Amino acid sequence: MGLARFAITPDPLDPAAVEAVIADPRHGAVATFVGRVRAENQGRSVQWLEYEAYAPLAVSVFEQIAREAAEQWPGATLAIAHRIGRLAIGDASVVVAAGSPHRREAFAACRYGIERVKQIAPVWKHEHFEGGDVWIEGATADPADAAAREIAVARACS
Amino acid sequence: MLVKILLFARLREIAGRSELERELPDGATAEAAWVALAREFPAVGDYRTTASCAVNHDYAKFTTALHDGDEVAFLPPVSGG
Repeated sequence: MGLARFAITPDPLDPAAVEAVIADPRHGAVATFVGRVRAENQGRSVQWLEYEAYAPLAVSVFEQIAREAAEQWPGATLAIAHRIGRLAIGDASVVVAAGSPHRREAFAACRYGIERVKQIAPVWKHEHFEGGDVWIEGATADPADAAAREIAVARACS
Repeated sequence: MLVKILLFARLREIAGRSELERELPDGATAEAAWVALAREFPAVGDYRTTASCAVNHDYAKFTTALHDGDEVAFLPPVSGG
C-alpha cells in the first residue's frame, strides 16, 4: 500500500516515497525537508527520542497546513509525513515535500509546512538523554492564531 | 452525560493513562472536563494556560459545550518536527 499524502506512521520514512505522493507533471520544482534526530540538544547528549501523536487530529492539521500553503502560493502542493515511536539518532522524524511549477514557491511552501508543523501539529517528543528524560514542550497549539501563521509566512519568505 | 477524555505526552504521564471516561452534567464545557481532571490530578492544573483542547478530532475552545459520547482531548504544548 502506498503512503497517504498526510501521514502519521510508526514506519521508517522514505523522503522519495513522500515526494512520489505529490508527483505531478506540472511541477518543475520539488523541495523536500527532512527532519532527523539530533545527537545533542541544549547541551544534553541525546540517546533516542520517543514521538507520540494524536493521529486523527494530526492528519487533519496536515491537510489544513497544505490548504494554507496553496492559498499563499497557488500551485504549490504539500505532502507531510511524521513518524511516531522510538527513533534513533539520525532517523528521519518528519518529511515535508512541496511541489510547484517553479522553485521559489516550492522552497517557500516547504519551509512554511515545517514551520506550521512545529506550531500546530499535535505531536510530542520525549527526549531520552544521558542521565534522564524530558518531554519537549514548544508551542501552545492554536491553529486559528493569525500571528503564528504570519510568522511562518515570514520565515518561508526570508 | 458520559465523555471520553484523551491525554497526551506529559498530561498522559501525570494521569497515568491515555484515556478515561467521566460523567459530567449536561451542557458541561471542555473547561468543566478540564476542571474535573485537574481536581483528580492536581499537577494537570499547571497546564491550564498552555494546553490546547480538541473535541471529536478538531481543535476547539475550552468554552465548547460537550455532548454525551464526545471525545475531548487535552494537548500540552506541541513539539513535533
